[in-house]
Amino acid sequence: MSTYTKKQVKDLVDGDLDWDTLHKMLSMPKDIERYSNYVSVLQDQVSWDDKIIIPVGPHLYIVETVKDKELVTKCRCGHGFGDYTLNWKLNALVYIRDSEEKMNQVYPKLMAPDTDWQVYREYYCPTCGTMHDVEVPTPWYPVMHDFEPDIKTFFDWVGLPAPVNA
Amino acid sequence: MTIQENIVKAGAAPGSLLKNGLTLNDNRNRILKKTTDSGYYGGLTELKFKESDPIGFERIFSKLRAGLVNSREVAKKIAASPIVEQEGELCFTLYNVAGDCICTSTGIIIHVGTMGAAIKYMIQNNWEDNPGISPGDMFTNNDCQIGNVHPCDIMTIVPIFHDGNLIGWVGGVTHVIDVGAVGPGSMSNGQIQRFGDGIQITCRKTGINDTPMRDWLHESQRNVRTPKYWILDEKTRIAGCHMIRDIVEETVVEEGIEAYETFAMEVIEDGRRGLISRIKAMTIPGKYNTVAFVDVPYTHEDVHVPSPFAKVDTIMHAPCTITIKSNATWRLDFEGCSRWGWHTYNANPVAFTSGIWVMMTQTLVPTERINDGARYATEFRMPKGTWTNPDDRRTAHSDAWHFLVSSWSSLWRALSRSYFGRGYLEEVNAGNSNPCNWLQGGGINQEEEIHAVNSFETAACGTGACAVKDGLNHAAAIWNPEGDMGDIEIWELAEPLLYMGRKIKTNTGGYGKYRGGLGFETLRMVWGSADWTMFFMGNGYMNSDWGLMGGYPSATGYRFEAHKTGLLDRIKEGQSLPLGEDRDPDNPDYENHLGPDAIVKRDKQCITTEAIYENGDLYLNYLRGGPGFGDPLDRKIEEVREDLNENFVLPEYAVKVYGVVISQDSEGDWTVDEAKTIARRMAIRKERIARAVPTRKWMEEERGRIMDKKASVQVQQMFASSFFLSEDFLGKFKSFWDLPDDWELKEESLGIPMFGAKHHMDLSELPDVHPVVFCEE
Ligand SMILES: [Zn+2]
Repeated sequence: MSTYTKKQVKDLVDGDLDWDTLHKMLSMPKDIERYSNYVSVLQDQVSWDDKIIIPVGPHLYIVETVKDKELVTKCRCGHGFGDYTLNWKLNALVYIRDSEEKMNQVYPKLMAPDTDWQVYREYYCPTCGTMHDVEVPTPWYPVMHDFEPDIKTFFDWVGLPAPVNA
Repeated sequence: MTIQENIVKAGAAPGSLLKNGLTLNDNRNRILKKTTDSGYYGGLTELKFKESDPIGFERIFSKLRAGLVNSREVAKKIAASPIVEQEGELCFTLYNVAGDCICTSTGIIIHVGTMGAAIKYMIQNNWEDNPGISPGDMFTNNDCQIGNVHPCDIMTIVPIFHDGNLIGWVGGVTHVIDVGAVGPGSMSNGQIQRFGDGIQITCRKTGINDTPMRDWLHESQRNVRTPKYWILDEKTRIAGCHMIRDIVEETVVEEGIEAYETFAMEVIEDGRRGLISRIKAMTIPGKYNTVAFVDVPYTHEDVHVPSPFAKVDTIMHAPCTITIKSNATWRLDFEGCSRWGWHTYNANPVAFTSGIWVMMTQTLVPTERINDGARYATEFRMPKGTWTNPDDRRTAHSDAWHFLVSSWSSLWRALSRSYFGRGYLEEVNAGNSNPCNWLQGGGINQEEEIHAVNSFETAACGTGACAVKDGLNHAAAIWNPEGDMGDIEIWELAEPLLYMGRKIKTNTGGYGKYRGGLGFETLRMVWGSADWTMFFMGNGYMNSDWGLMGGYPSATGYRFEAHKTGLLDRIKEGQSLPLGEDRDPDNPDYENHLGPDAIVKRDKQCITTEAIYENGDLYLNYLRGGPGFGDPLDRKIEEVREDLNENFVLPEYAVKVYGVVISQDSEGDWTVDEAKTIARRMAIRKERIARAVPTRKWMEEERGRIMDKKASVQVQQMFASSFFLSEDFLGKFKSFWDLPDDWELKEESLGIPMFGAKHHMDLSELPDVHPVVFCEE
């Protein structure tokens, strides 16, 4: 079992980790304490005090609020997307690329989907404009609810006390 | 897997092959029952051998694994086909008496389970009675209805005996260059049924006393276009199987038969436990919902099929719910998939339940210890009637990969959410590229011989972005982690096609904080052929991959071919030539180097059937890139600058997507203004907010379009076929969009042929046929 310092985990998060250590992380059995180091690194990077429980994107987290111990999805900028069991995308902004012209803002001609078949749906944070997700479904497709974590069991697996409302 | 007890035993001599006196089928059923009752493979609640003599256990494992890997390396030298010899499209696997995989070689390890499925089919259908199973026998199989992925993967299976008792099986598989399908090439399209999909061999006894039978040799080689390659491929498989059989026999002598047989059971339970411990160590329990699509554009005039009912545009739909349970086993449920179709992209449950491990060994279980144990820790559900589990025995499968690789890309995203949530960022992968185009064709080649080609340059597409680094450029394909694009010189020997150029394909990697790996393109000019055809196979109108967490999907494919090019004259006259560099399809360049009469096809029709190519004609083989990770506005400025200077991204799109403010010096080098870029990126974030709408507001508009049935026929056909097969999917759809109870969408309303939708006949309806059921249906 390998172990890594918080500094190494921070470098990993920032994309600055040296290749030797990164290769070791890839090839050796996983360090169970990674999770604690990781959320601690991320916690240092945000300006608010709610506790990060599960990161779900580079700027998006399931957090436990300080005030009510509620579990909600929250943007790094502080924008709240509501209860963690709900699909955060429903409380985001969306921009649909559903024409050749809109696709051509992103890809050269012929290199994006034909919008009779498929569209891009870009989900943005209403406060900071971060693009948290791009869906690429057919027209009519329901918004994907990507992930419904079982937080209680997860905390059991990593050997930590679970949030009270998990 | 279900227990099949009611097989016909006419004339069988029960127990003649096994020391325990049971028939092969009763023996297998006993293992299955013990597994089901106890939750442990074969009822092995303890690993007595492994725990009491770990060194002895490891010694057997190492001997067998080294033997398998080494035999593959040696045997591959026998083959002449570049697919086998250059690309390594072969694999050897060792099975216990029940047909469960103990250990496998490197290579196309999707076949861990497909050859096992063939062995189980022989067991369940009483092959021990007729045609009999004896030392020195060989069996050949490529039947997709038994579990093969596609007919061009030919399997040789050899039983292993000790003291007159069967103790296991070894199987070898190679991807042959042609199987005599309607169209030339190993994964051809054009045929729409099994009856045009090439030679079909159903676990046939093709050798006795270690020698292939003459009737088999004469029959098989005349049923394919490329008999030389066919024969050498078979010798490769036989040699490998026999080498491995020798190693097993030696191991039994050295370690004792009891130790070997105990090992052959315990190692599978060990594999089952191995997967569980990896799931617990790396993932987050819960439910992951994901989906994938790919296009089947068959109404286009360049798709020629024999039957009018196949001339429809359809979409492969593959929703998947992955549930990681609190006991660290998992379930993959494909409820809602679209129907199988009249094309060559159908799969079968084993292609899934076996194939998925070629992907998992690249992520969740990156170990040499992959065997059937992992499958026993996994529940699969493939609803009958969907493309994952056809309910009709006419289906064609020659390019099942078109659907398989497309649907698996979404599984990477699901697993990556786990890795990301736990901080194992090094494991995150936005998904796999759609590994295509498949350059295929045939006719009479430069040697004046009947020939077929299938370029495996596809083995080196771009890979998906990670959460800490970019995807790899022109590096791999999901079905063979040791992918290689192959040497130009070797391909030019194998194909009557000269390379005009081979270049990285600009803008093909999906954008993101970390971008997907780029694909590449090779421009081929037909040269030296006599009568020659070629066709295209890949995604064009759709993406199968998505980006992850704000990253974009990779670029889709497009087709470029040119006829009456005037190139032979231009070469003589020293005029400019297209040299395989056509970076910007907004401003195409190849056309500037062709004669005035050139007929160019440049469009999104990436599936075609045989078209005639004359010497001097051009064919672009464009191999796709991988998807991106994270918001592109987070990409480091220095990295965008490098992308620009390496021609990985076009300046126009660096500006629009990455929000960089750039300038070019007199040498042509790009620089990025950091301060202006930071400001520009702030402005883009504001522009996003300005142009977007709240999701719920957009949903009201989209709901209106659904109520009005406003969508293309192919989109409506996809939904209608999934609705018909899945009440559950229909219910969720109606509930999400808040549709009235009486809302419905029937395929009948679309005015297109729907052969096979209501009337079909399954393989199990044939007399005396007992298909092995591998998953919930
Ligand atoms: Zn925000």
